[in-house]
Amino acid sequence: MAPHDMTGTAGSLPQAEGLQSIVADLSSDQRAFKNVPWGKPMMWIFLVSDTFIFGSFLISYMTVRGSTTLPWPNPSEVFALKMFGQNVPLLLIAIMTFVLISSSGTMALAVNYGYRKDRRTTFILLLATAALGATFVGMQAFEWTKLILEGVRPWGNPWGAPQFGSAFFMITGFHGTHVTIGVIFLIIVAIKVWRGDLDHERPGFLTGRRGNYEIVETMGLYWHFVDLVWVFIFAFFYLW
Amino acid sequence: MAHADAEHAGHRGGQPLAHTPGQAGSHAQGQQHPLGVYFKIWGLLFVLSIGSYLVDYFHVQGLLRWFLIVTFMLLKAGLIVAVFMHMLWERLALVYAIVVPPLLLLVLLGIGALEADYTFLTRGAFFGAPTQASAPVQHK
Repeated sequence: MAPHDMTGTAGSLPQAEGLQSIVADLSSDQRAFKNVPWGKPMMWIFLVSDTFIFGSFLISYMTVRGSTTLPWPNPSEVFALKMFGQNVPLLLIAIMTFVLISSSGTMALAVNYGYRKDRRTTFILLLATAALGATFVGMQAFEWTKLILEGVRPWGNPWGAPQFGSAFFMITGFHGTHVTIGVIFLIIVAIKVWRGDLDHERPGFLTGRRGNYEIVETMGLYWHFVDLVWVFIFAFFYLW
Repeated sequence: MAHADAEHAGHRGGQPLAHTPGQAGSHAQGQQHPLGVYFKIWGLLFVLSIGSYLVDYFHVQGLLRWFLIVTFMLLKAGLIVAVFMHMLWERLALVYAIVVPPLLLLVLLGIGALEADYTFLTRGAFFGAPTQASAPVQHK
Protein backbone atom coordinates (compact mmCIF):
# COMPACT_ATOMS: atom_id res chain seq x y z
CA MET A 1 0.00 0.00 0.00
CA ALA A 2 2.43 2.64 -1.13
CA PRO A 3 0.94 6.12 -1.20
CA HIS A 4 0.05 7.54 -4.51
CA ASP A 5 3.10 9.76 -4.54
CA MET A 6 5.44 6.85 -4.11
CA THR A 7 4.31 4.89 -7.15
CA GLY A 8 6.44 7.15 -9.25
CA THR A 9 3.95 7.52 -12.07
CA ALA A 10 1.97 10.53 -10.96
CA GLY A 11 4.79 12.61 -9.60
CA SER A 12 6.15 13.51 -12.98
CA LEU A 13 2.80 14.63 -14.39
CA PRO A 14 2.01 18.34 -14.18
CA GLN A 15 -0.45 19.21 -11.43
CA ALA A 16 -3.90 20.05 -12.72
CA GLU A 17 -5.68 23.02 -11.17
CA GLY A 18 -9.30 23.73 -10.28
CA LEU A 19 -11.98 21.72 -12.03
CA GLN A 20 -9.35 19.94 -14.10
CA SER A 21 -7.79 18.57 -10.92
CA ILE A 22 -11.14 16.95 -10.07
CA VAL A 23 -11.35 15.36 -13.49
CA ALA A 24 -7.74 14.26 -13.23
CA ASP A 25 -8.27 12.72 -9.79
CA LEU A 26 -11.47 10.89 -10.68
CA SER A 27 -10.21 9.64 -14.04
CA SER A 28 -6.77 8.58 -12.82
CA ASP A 29 -7.81 4.91 -12.63
CA GLN A 30 -6.34 4.81 -9.14
CA ARG A 31 -7.54 6.12 -5.80
CA ALA A 32 -9.89 9.02 -6.48
CA PHE A 33 -9.32 10.82 -3.18
CA LYS A 34 -5.56 11.08 -3.12
CA ASN A 35 -3.64 11.64 0.08
CA VAL A 36 -6.84 11.16 2.07
CA PRO A 37 -6.96 8.34 4.62
CA TRP A 38 -9.72 5.93 3.58
CA GLY A 39 -11.68 6.37 6.79
CA LYS A 40 -12.31 10.02 6.05
CA PRO A 41 -14.23 9.66 2.75
CA MET A 42 -16.14 6.77 4.31
CA MET A 43 -17.27 8.97 7.18
CA TRP A 44 -18.03 11.82 4.78
CA ILE A 45 -20.19 9.56 2.61
CA PHE A 46 -22.09 8.43 5.69
CA LEU A 47 -22.54 12.07 6.66
CA VAL A 48 -23.89 12.91 3.20
CA SER A 49 -26.50 10.17 3.60
CA ASP A 50 -27.29 11.58 7.04
CA THR A 51 -27.63 15.01 5.46
CA PHE A 52 -30.37 13.61 3.27
CA ILE A 53 -32.15 12.14 6.29
CA PHE A 54 -32.13 15.40 8.23
CA GLY A 55 -32.84 17.32 5.03
CA SER A 56 -35.94 15.21 4.48
CA PHE A 57 -37.05 15.80 8.07
CA LEU A 58 -36.65 19.55 7.82
CA ILE A 59 -38.32 19.72 4.42
CA SER A 60 -41.29 17.65 5.59
CA TYR A 61 -41.49 19.97 8.59
CA MET A 62 -41.63 22.89 6.17
CA THR A 63 -44.36 21.11 4.21
CA VAL A 64 -46.61 20.40 7.21
CA ARG A 65 -46.05 23.87 8.59
CA GLY A 66 -46.94 25.44 5.26
CA SER A 67 -50.00 23.27 4.74
CA THR A 68 -51.69 23.59 8.11
CA THR A 69 -54.68 25.89 8.35
CA LEU A 70 -54.25 26.33 12.10
CA PRO A 71 -51.75 28.84 13.50
CA TRP A 72 -48.31 27.39 14.29
CA PRO A 73 -47.37 27.63 17.99
CA ASN A 74 -44.86 30.42 18.51
CA PRO A 75 -41.57 28.67 19.39
CA SER A 76 -40.28 31.81 21.04
CA GLU A 77 -43.03 31.49 23.67
CA VAL A 78 -43.25 27.69 23.76
CA PHE A 79 -39.57 27.33 24.60
CA ALA A 80 -39.38 30.31 26.96
CA LEU A 81 -38.06 29.71 30.46
CA LYS A 82 -39.20 31.55 33.55
CA MET A 83 -36.13 33.19 35.06
CA PHE A 84 -36.10 35.86 37.78
CA GLY A 85 -39.85 36.30 37.50
CA GLN A 86 -39.97 36.95 33.78
CA ASN A 87 -40.15 34.83 30.66
CA VAL A 88 -36.88 34.72 28.75
CA PRO A 89 -37.54 33.49 25.20
CA LEU A 90 -35.62 30.45 23.95
CA LEU A 91 -33.19 30.61 26.88
CA LEU A 92 -32.64 26.86 27.19
CA ILE A 93 -32.26 26.46 23.42
CA ALA A 94 -29.66 29.23 23.33
CA ILE A 95 -27.68 27.58 26.14
CA MET A 96 -27.92 24.24 24.34
CA THR A 97 -26.56 25.91 21.20
CA PHE A 98 -23.58 27.33 23.07
CA VAL A 99 -22.89 24.01 24.76
CA LEU A 100 -22.87 22.20 21.43
CA ILE A 101 -20.65 24.81 19.76
CA SER A 102 -18.23 24.57 22.66
CA SER A 103 -18.15 20.80 22.33
CA SER A 104 -17.32 21.29 18.65
CA GLY A 105 -14.48 23.59 19.68
CA THR A 106 -13.00 21.10 22.14
CA MET A 107 -13.37 18.37 19.53
CA ALA A 108 -11.42 20.40 16.95
CA LEU A 109 -8.69 20.92 19.54
CA ALA A 110 -8.70 17.20 20.37
CA VAL A 111 -8.06 16.35 16.71
CA ASN A 112 -5.21 18.83 16.65
CA TYR A 113 -3.57 17.50 19.82
CA GLY A 114 -4.14 13.95 18.59
CA TYR A 115 -1.95 14.53 15.56
CA ARG A 116 0.68 15.96 17.89
CA LYS A 117 0.52 12.62 19.73
CA ASP A 118 -0.24 14.47 22.94
CA ARG A 119 -2.11 11.60 24.57
CA ARG A 120 -3.07 13.28 27.80
CA THR A 121 -4.46 16.50 26.33
CA THR A 122 -6.31 14.61 23.61
CA PHE A 123 -7.90 12.38 26.22
CA ILE A 124 -8.97 15.32 28.37
CA LEU A 125 -10.39 17.22 25.38
CA LEU A 126 -12.29 14.16 24.16
CA LEU A 127 -13.78 13.66 27.63
CA ALA A 128 -14.70 17.36 27.77
CA THR A 129 -16.44 16.98 24.40
CA ALA A 130 -18.32 13.93 25.66
CA ALA A 131 -19.30 15.76 28.85
CA LEU A 132 -20.63 18.76 26.91
CA GLY A 133 -22.52 16.37 24.61
CA ALA A 134 -24.04 14.61 27.60
CA THR A 135 -25.01 18.00 29.05
CA PHE A 136 -26.75 18.80 25.79
CA VAL A 137 -28.71 15.53 25.86
CA GLY A 138 -29.60 16.19 29.49
CA MET A 139 -31.01 19.61 28.67
CA GLN A 140 -32.91 18.12 25.78
CA ALA A 141 -34.43 15.52 28.11
CA PHE A 142 -35.45 18.39 30.41
CA GLU A 143 -37.02 20.23 27.49
CA TRP A 144 -38.93 17.14 26.36
CA THR A 145 -40.20 16.53 29.90
CA LYS A 146 -41.35 20.14 30.18
CA LEU A 147 -43.22 20.03 26.89
CA ILE A 148 -44.81 16.65 27.54
CA LEU A 149 -46.02 17.88 30.94
CA GLU A 150 -47.52 20.91 29.21
CA GLY A 151 -49.50 18.58 26.99
CA VAL A 152 -47.51 18.42 23.77
CA ARG A 153 -48.08 15.12 21.98
CA PRO A 154 -47.15 13.96 18.47
CA TRP A 155 -50.82 14.32 17.54
CA GLY A 156 -51.65 17.61 19.22
CA ASN A 157 -50.82 20.42 21.62
CA PRO A 158 -52.67 23.16 23.51
CA TRP A 159 -51.50 26.03 21.27
CA GLY A 160 -52.40 25.31 17.67
CA ALA A 161 -51.33 23.16 14.75
CA PRO A 162 -51.14 19.51 15.86
CA GLN A 163 -48.22 18.92 13.50
CA PHE A 164 -46.00 20.92 15.86
CA GLY A 165 -45.56 17.98 18.22
CA SER A 166 -44.75 15.38 15.60
CA ALA A 167 -42.21 17.63 13.88
CA PHE A 168 -40.65 18.58 17.20
CA PHE A 169 -40.30 15.07 18.60
CA MET A 170 -39.13 13.59 15.31
CA ILE A 171 -36.47 16.19 14.50
CA THR A 172 -35.05 16.83 17.96
CA GLY A 173 -35.39 13.17 18.88
CA PHE A 174 -33.39 12.05 15.88
CA HIS A 175 -30.78 14.71 16.54
CA GLY A 176 -30.59 13.77 20.22
CA THR A 177 -30.08 10.14 19.24
CA HIS A 178 -27.15 11.21 17.10
CA VAL A 179 -25.66 13.16 19.98
CA THR A 180 -26.10 10.20 22.33
CA ILE A 181 -24.39 7.81 19.92
CA GLY A 182 -21.65 10.41 19.47
CA VAL A 183 -21.09 10.63 23.23
CA ILE A 184 -20.76 6.83 23.46
CA PHE A 185 -18.23 6.77 20.63
CA LEU A 186 -16.33 9.73 22.06
CA ILE A 187 -15.90 7.80 25.29
CA ILE A 188 -14.70 4.74 23.37
CA VAL A 189 -12.19 6.81 21.37
CA ALA A 190 -11.08 8.59 24.56
CA ILE A 191 -10.38 5.24 26.24
CA LYS A 192 -8.40 4.08 23.21
CA VAL A 193 -6.34 7.26 23.34
CA TRP A 194 -5.78 6.95 27.09
CA ARG A 195 -4.66 3.30 26.87
CA GLY A 196 -2.19 4.24 24.13
CA ASP A 197 -3.85 1.99 21.55
CA LEU A 198 -3.22 4.62 18.89
CA ASP A 199 0.42 5.22 19.82
CA HIS A 200 1.16 1.51 19.83
CA GLU A 201 -0.94 0.93 16.70
CA ARG A 202 -3.04 -1.77 18.31
CA PRO A 203 -5.94 -2.85 16.09
CA GLY A 204 -9.47 -2.01 17.17
CA PHE A 205 -12.06 -4.60 18.19
CA LEU A 206 -13.76 -4.68 14.78
CA THR A 207 -10.75 -4.45 12.53
CA GLY A 208 -7.28 -5.78 12.00
CA ARG A 209 -6.05 -2.37 10.89
CA ARG A 210 -3.48 -0.69 13.06
CA GLY A 211 -4.76 2.02 15.30
CA ASN A 212 -3.79 5.57 14.51
CA TYR A 213 -4.79 9.11 15.34
CA GLU A 214 -6.86 9.48 12.18
CA ILE A 215 -9.77 7.90 14.04
CA VAL A 216 -9.86 10.99 16.24
CA GLU A 217 -10.35 13.15 13.16
CA THR A 218 -13.00 10.77 11.78
CA MET A 219 -14.77 10.92 15.12
CA GLY A 220 -14.45 14.69 14.93
CA LEU A 221 -16.16 14.78 11.54
CA TYR A 222 -19.17 12.99 13.00
CA TRP A 223 -19.27 15.27 16.01
CA HIS A 224 -19.02 18.48 13.97
CA PHE A 225 -21.80 17.16 11.77
CA VAL A 226 -24.05 16.82 14.82
CA ASP A 227 -23.30 20.47 15.59
CA LEU A 228 -23.92 21.37 11.96
CA VAL A 229 -27.37 19.76 11.98
CA TRP A 230 -28.22 21.67 15.16
CA VAL A 231 -27.38 24.94 13.38
CA PHE A 232 -30.12 24.17 10.86
CA ILE A 233 -32.61 22.92 13.45
CA PHE A 234 -31.99 26.02 15.58
CA ALA A 235 -32.63 28.31 12.62
CA PHE A 236 -35.58 26.57 11.03
CA PHE A 237 -37.42 25.04 13.96
CA TYR A 238 -36.73 27.35 16.88
CA LEU A 239 -36.20 30.76 15.27
CA TRP A 240 -38.42 30.66 12.20
CA MET B 1 -6.36 28.60 -0.74
CA ALA B 2 -2.66 29.42 -0.66
CA HIS B 3 -2.43 27.37 2.50
CA ALA B 4 -3.99 24.36 0.77
CA ASP B 5 -1.58 24.56 -2.11
CA ALA B 6 1.36 24.78 0.22
CA GLU B 7 0.16 21.74 2.11
CA HIS B 8 -0.34 19.68 -1.01
CA ALA B 9 3.01 20.75 -2.28
CA GLY B 10 4.37 19.49 1.01
CA HIS B 11 2.82 16.09 0.45
CA ARG B 12 4.26 15.92 -3.04
CA GLY B 13 7.72 16.65 -1.87
CA GLY B 14 8.59 13.24 -0.55
CA GLN B 15 7.21 13.90 2.88
CA PRO B 16 5.58 10.45 3.20
CA LEU B 17 9.01 8.90 2.76
CA ALA B 18 9.98 10.37 6.07
CA HIS B 19 7.47 8.11 7.84
CA THR B 20 8.88 5.43 10.02
CA PRO B 21 8.53 1.96 8.50
CA GLY B 22 6.13 1.01 11.29
CA GLN B 23 3.50 3.42 10.06
CA ALA B 24 0.75 2.28 7.73
CA GLY B 25 2.06 4.59 5.05
CA SER B 26 -1.18 4.77 3.10
CA HIS B 27 -2.00 8.12 4.65
CA ALA B 28 -0.44 11.51 4.32
CA GLN B 29 0.26 13.67 7.33
CA GLY B 30 -3.03 14.43 9.05
CA GLN B 31 -4.69 17.82 8.98
CA GLN B 32 -2.53 20.02 11.17
CA HIS B 33 -3.18 23.72 11.58
CA PRO B 34 -2.30 26.35 14.16
CA LEU B 35 -4.54 26.28 17.24
CA GLY B 36 -5.41 29.94 16.81
CA VAL B 37 -7.57 29.13 13.79
CA TYR B 38 -9.85 26.97 15.92
CA PHE B 39 -10.17 29.51 18.71
CA LYS B 40 -11.02 32.26 16.22
CA ILE B 41 -13.72 30.17 14.57
CA TRP B 42 -15.02 29.09 17.98
CA GLY B 43 -15.38 32.73 18.96
CA LEU B 44 -16.96 33.63 15.64
CA LEU B 45 -19.53 30.85 16.04
CA PHE B 46 -20.41 32.24 19.46
CA VAL B 47 -20.86 35.73 18.04
CA LEU B 48 -23.05 34.46 15.20
CA SER B 49 -25.16 32.41 17.63
CA ILE B 50 -25.63 35.43 19.86
CA GLY B 51 -26.66 37.34 16.74
CA SER B 52 -29.34 34.85 15.80
CA TYR B 53 -30.56 34.69 19.40
CA LEU B 54 -30.87 38.47 19.51
CA VAL B 55 -33.00 38.36 16.36
CA ASP B 56 -35.54 36.40 18.38
CA TYR B 57 -35.00 38.34 21.60
CA PHE B 58 -35.78 41.68 19.98
CA HIS B 59 -38.70 40.23 18.01
CA VAL B 60 -37.38 41.21 14.61
CA GLN B 61 -40.14 40.25 12.20
CA GLY B 62 -40.83 39.89 8.50
CA LEU B 63 -38.28 39.80 5.74
CA LEU B 64 -35.45 41.10 7.92
CA ARG B 65 -35.91 38.23 10.41
CA TRP B 66 -35.91 35.70 7.59
CA PHE B 67 -32.81 37.23 6.04
CA LEU B 68 -30.85 37.47 9.31
CA ILE B 69 -31.66 33.94 10.44
CA VAL B 70 -30.65 32.39 7.13
CA THR B 71 -27.48 34.50 6.90
CA PHE B 72 -26.31 33.60 10.40
CA MET B 73 -27.20 29.96 9.77
CA LEU B 74 -25.28 29.72 6.50
CA LEU B 75 -22.25 31.52 7.95
CA LYS B 76 -22.16 29.15 10.92
CA ALA B 77 -22.62 26.08 8.72
CA GLY B 78 -19.93 27.30 6.35
CA LEU B 79 -17.43 27.93 9.14
CA ILE B 80 -18.03 24.52 10.72
CA VAL B 81 -17.67 22.65 7.44
CA ALA B 82 -14.74 24.71 6.13
CA VAL B 83 -12.57 24.94 9.22
CA PHE B 84 -13.69 22.47 11.89
CA MET B 85 -14.28 19.74 9.32
CA HIS B 86 -11.18 20.83 7.37
CA MET B 87 -12.94 21.14 4.01
CA LEU B 88 -10.89 24.25 3.27
CA TRP B 89 -7.75 22.14 3.11
CA GLU B 90 -9.08 19.00 1.41
CA ARG B 91 -8.50 18.11 -2.21
CA LEU B 92 -11.04 19.60 -4.57
CA ALA B 93 -12.18 16.14 -5.73
CA LEU B 94 -13.30 15.28 -2.19
CA VAL B 95 -14.86 18.68 -1.58
CA TYR B 96 -17.02 18.48 -4.69
CA ALA B 97 -17.96 14.82 -4.09
CA ILE B 98 -19.31 15.78 -0.64
CA VAL B 99 -20.70 19.29 -1.09
CA VAL B 100 -22.47 18.98 -4.43
CA PRO B 101 -24.84 15.99 -3.85
CA PRO B 102 -26.74 17.65 -0.95
CA LEU B 103 -27.73 20.42 -3.36
CA LEU B 104 -30.25 17.88 -4.69
CA LEU B 105 -32.23 18.63 -1.56
CA LEU B 106 -33.19 21.93 -3.20
CA VAL B 107 -35.35 19.91 -5.61
CA LEU B 108 -37.10 18.26 -2.67
CA LEU B 109 -37.46 21.70 -1.11
CA GLY B 110 -39.25 22.97 -4.22
CA ILE B 111 -41.53 19.93 -4.36
CA GLY B 112 -42.32 20.34 -0.65
CA ALA B 113 -43.18 24.00 -1.04
CA LEU B 114 -45.51 23.33 -4.00
CA GLU B 115 -47.15 20.45 -2.13
CA ALA B 116 -47.64 22.56 0.99
CA ASP B 117 -49.33 25.34 -1.01
CA TYR B 118 -51.60 22.86 -2.73
CA THR B 119 -52.57 21.10 0.52
CA PHE B 120 -53.17 24.43 2.23
CA LEU B 121 -55.51 25.61 -0.53
CA THR B 122 -57.31 22.25 -0.65
CA ARG B 123 -57.82 22.27 3.11
CA GLY B 124 -59.19 25.78 2.90
CA ALA B 125 -61.59 24.76 0.14
CA PHE B 126 -62.81 21.50 1.67
CA PHE B 127 -62.89 22.14 5.40
CA GLY B 128 -64.93 25.32 5.14
CA ALA B 129 -62.06 27.80 5.52
CA PRO B 130 -61.95 28.99 9.14
CA THR B 131 -61.02 32.61 9.61
CA GLN B 132 -57.35 31.89 10.21
CA ALA B 133 -57.15 30.13 6.88
CA SER B 134 -57.74 33.27 4.87
CA ALA B 135 -54.08 34.17 4.87
CA PRO B 136 -50.96 31.99 4.79
CA VAL B 137 -50.16 31.02 8.37
CA GLN B 138 -47.28 32.88 9.90
CA HIS B 139 -45.88 31.83 13.23
CA LYS B 140 -47.75 34.47 15.15
